Amino acid sequence: MTASPSVGMTLPERRHDCDVVQQMLYNASLWNGHRIHFDMPYATEVEGYPGLVVAGPLIGDWLHQVVDEWLGDSGMITGIEYSNRVAAFVGETLTAGGTVTAYDVDSGELKLEVFVKNDRDDVLAPGVITAKLNR
Amino acid sequence: MSGLLSEEVLSHIGRQSEPRREIATRRDIRKYAVATGNRQAKYLDGDVAPPLFHLHLFWDVVPLDELSPDGVSIDPLLPQFPLDKAMAGGLDITYHQPIKPGDWLTSIRTLTNIYEKAGRSGPLIFYDVLMEVRDDDGDLVITEKTTRILR
Repeated sequence: MTASPSVGMTLPERRHDCDVVQQMLYNASLWNGHRIHFDMPYATEVEGYPGLVVAGPLIGDWLHQVVDEWLGDSGMITGIEYSNRVAAFVGETLTAGGTVTAYDVDSGELKLEVFVKNDRDDVLAPGVITAKLNR
Repeated sequence: MSGLLSEEVLSHIGRQSEPRREIATRRDIRKYAVATGNRQAKYLDGDVAPPLFHLHLFWDVVPLDELSPDGVSIDPLLPQFPLDKAMAGGLDITYHQPIKPGDWLTSIRTLTNIYEKAGRSGPLIFYDVLMEVRDDDGDLVITEKTTRILR
């Protein structure tokens, strides 16, 4: 992070291409065998999805990353509240971003509203992150 | 309220998992960082774990023949609910201290609540699970509250 934060400032956005190899590696890394993430006939014909479903916690990770990259080594994330509201599918491009909503200069405590949205501007996962700058 | 939740189902509130003790390794941190598209060297090199790495560390490792037909591991903490279609849930996580390679961590999960609400198209069941991750000194590393919704 180069500049000191101020309420209302927006963070650099990050685009994520939902790639099938990444889905495989991510779910394998967790040991998550849920077919909707890698078995196309199952996801579409049995569950009725339009494609392979992007893992919900991966979208949660992208909420963290947009703040964590911005913080760099100048602080750490202390908490998050978020929910997965809308599904995303392999092949979509998602955008993660955030806005500083509170900043206490003395303690270094920050609050940010964060989101991951798709290219139709649906917010898939809204969240609130708290962070603390090193003092 | 339609009274979906029987005494038997509600009696599971307070049920706690056995402690699970796992070690964070540099290789696992690197794999997690790569798989999530992380771009920061400290995570890609495995010097420290990114937030949410505890999902990787404590996801249940179960034998193939214990997975349900859709490939999901069945959570032994949960009762048989009268609704089974999972909807979006929420997470509330507090990070108390970072995780480094070589750290031994122990998690305990507790089913803290089960309740019912009227939804627009029928009743909904909510349940909350609290996971506490502690280091070997007993100090909290991560507190995670998960709320899940069934319809």
